Amino acid sequence: MAVGKITFTKTEREKLAEVLWLLNWISVVTGAILFGLGLFLKIEIQKWQEVMSEQGILYVPHMLITTGLAACGINYLGSKICLDCADTNKFLRWKLVMMPYIVCTFFFTACVLVGALMCYSIRSQLEEALYLGLRNTMRFYKDTDTPGRCYLKKTLDLLQIQFQCCGNTDYRDWFQIQWISSRYLDMTNSAVVDRVRSNVEGKYLMDSVPFSCCSTLSSRPCIQHNLSNPGAHAHYDERSQQLNLWRRGCQQALLDHYTGIMQSIGLTVLLIWLFELLVLTGVRYLQTAMENVIRLGDPESESEGWILENSLAETACYNFSIIKSLGKCYQVDDDPNINVPTAAANQEVPSAQVQVNVTS
Amino acid sequence: MALLKIKFSQQRRVRLAQGLWLLSWLAVMCGAFIFCLGVYLKIELLRRDEVMENTEIHVVPNLLMLVGLASIGANWVASRVCQDSLDASRFPRWKVLLLGWYAVAALLCCLLLAVVVLSYVLQGRLEESLKVGLRNGIRFYKDTDVPGRCFQKETIDRLQMEFRCCGNNNFKDWFEVQWVSNRYLDFTSQEVKDRIRSNVDGRYLLDGVPFSCCNPASPRPCLQNQLTDSRAHYNYEYQSEELNLYSRGCRQALTDYYMGLMNSTGPGVLSVILIQLSVLLSMRYLQTAVEGAMALETPEGESEGYILEKDVKATYADVKAKALDLLKFAQVDPASEAAGAEEGEKEAEATAKAATPPPAS
Repeated sequence: MAVGKITFTKTEREKLAEVLWLLNWISVVTGAILFGLGLFLKIEIQKWQEVMSEQGILYVPHMLITTGLAACGINYLGSKICLDCADTNKFLRWKLVMMPYIVCTFFFTACVLVGALMCYSIRSQLEEALYLGLRNTMRFYKDTDTPGRCYLKKTLDLLQIQFQCCGNTDYRDWFQIQWISSRYLDMTNSAVVDRVRSNVEGKYLMDSVPFSCCSTLSSRPCIQHNLSNPGAHAHYDERSQQLNLWRRGCQQALLDHYTGIMQSIGLTVLLIWLFELLVLTGVRYLQTAMENVIRLGDPESESEGWILENSLAETACYNFSIIKSLGKCYQVDDDPNINVPTAAANQEVPSAQVQVNVTS
Repeated sequence: MALLKIKFSQQRRVRLAQGLWLLSWLAVMCGAFIFCLGVYLKIELLRRDEVMENTEIHVVPNLLMLVGLASIGANWVASRVCQDSLDASRFPRWKVLLLGWYAVAALLCCLLLAVVVLSYVLQGRLEESLKVGLRNGIRFYKDTDVPGRCFQKETIDRLQMEFRCCGNNNFKDWFEVQWVSNRYLDFTSQEVKDRIRSNVDGRYLLDGVPFSCCNPASPRPCLQNQLTDSRAHYNYEYQSEELNLYSRGCRQALTDYYMGLMNSTGPGVLSVILIQLSVLLSMRYLQTAVEGAMALETPEGESEGYILEKDVKATYADVKAKALDLLKFAQVDPASEAAGAEEGEKEAEATAKAATPPPAS
């Protein structure tokens, strides 16, 4: 009992082949779009890679890039095949390639789906990576003389200015780290020494933030120091405090930015996946219809096309048994009904003596 | 003696018409490109409108937009003329229009050239406009509660951060202006009172700059206050400190930016001028060749195409004579009167001669 059986006349087969040729060319274009989307995502992630801790995020754009390239190749081959399928004679050239081609297309379509789902599921990993990365970057903000970390100050300042954010979750994160290097601290000054001694680790902590946290929307010049003590500044009321610095944390800002990009990319990839599924179904129908025509022998006759020859359960059992038998290739089978040739059987059975009457 | 005469067979005429049709559509695209360039330049100038005092520089993008639109129209007409050129019945109606078309095309080329020249000449005016605009912006930085000036602070801050500049000429411009509003000053503090008393106008001046002047590339956290006092900060030398703040003035930064924009469009505009000129010349050749072919007995034969029917001097003399004729149209010319009298006599003689033969027959 075939799955999705449809009967095709000759003209319908030719029409199907033409339509599939066109769809395959469109799929080459969508494959290029997929490649472009992967490249764009890779560039976007690499822009702020210094504030992300793990590299696991790069799997998503790499997956999209390889799938896009595979799409271009497979669909280009598919367009060539479909063009030849209109004619029964030319189809014979491709007969052996068709089945592997369809299997490849099936797996590749599954990869496209996986790529789309990864775009949505990467959020939690991204959150973790951003939290750890930003924490480290803030810790190394002062190390502008250490090789390998000397650009972190500039990166973090530019990040806070561009994304209008401050600190990891909040501007108060800056109160917990020493972001002024000891090179610029006057250790002979008693105020400095007091601060350094006031905490266990000997860090110079202040209730101040760097200049890049300052908001441009504030109506007064930026207040960066003595933030825990609003009374230290003239007329520093609640409203001024709200507008003075950027309120959002950089982890949230970057997360929103990347989630937005990846959601739009994920949606586009899902649409491309649906299109690829359509092309795959069409090619499968064309393949089975052409094979049946060849089996029937008459190129002008009607033939049937289907997605699966037997029902889903039977096909699954059949494939399982193939996989099982691949494994059992070199094992001895215990089934008593099978005549396993033993060594004795290989002996020559002496032929019966045939009396030949010699007539003289 | 025609100027730059070329012979055209029928096939060459057809080729010329086809080539010119393609070229005129290319010129339409170029016209659209020039228009878009004008729009882009105008938008960029409008974005920084608040720090410019006058809009003299806007003549460059306005001209570009005008020329772009006119070029699209003119070259579309040229393509229609090409389509009709090989059809002897439809071509004559374009004859009068073509004279006007040549004038328009030449004018467009001149205007484009003027745009290129203007973009260099107006640099000085742009700098003046920016100087005054930025000076006002810095002066009104503190007036975030005055309607009409409340956005100056945000504008100047964003400008300084985006263009990586500080002040008008350099960061010292901020020392001469009170950029902290009186609303946020504690008048009971001795320090504030001293500063206000220290100058004639009673302004709170300090040797400090706003946060937007800070350079993120500096290895140390930004120093914004007491900049001229080397002892106020540890390990700080006022004279030799380079990276702490942006060293460029915003006037210089903006001028460089706009000059860069206009210079990069220069080659594009020059190539559009060349394309327009080639359309003009090809159209002239096509017109003269087709008209020459129509005047022949065999329209399929060879004809000549030229730019000017006679050489430059003779054409100039002709044009001058025609212009003078037009001017003298209303005046009575004694020379032409005498010629008219002579002609009248000759006519009388001719009729007299015509009258005599009949009696003979």
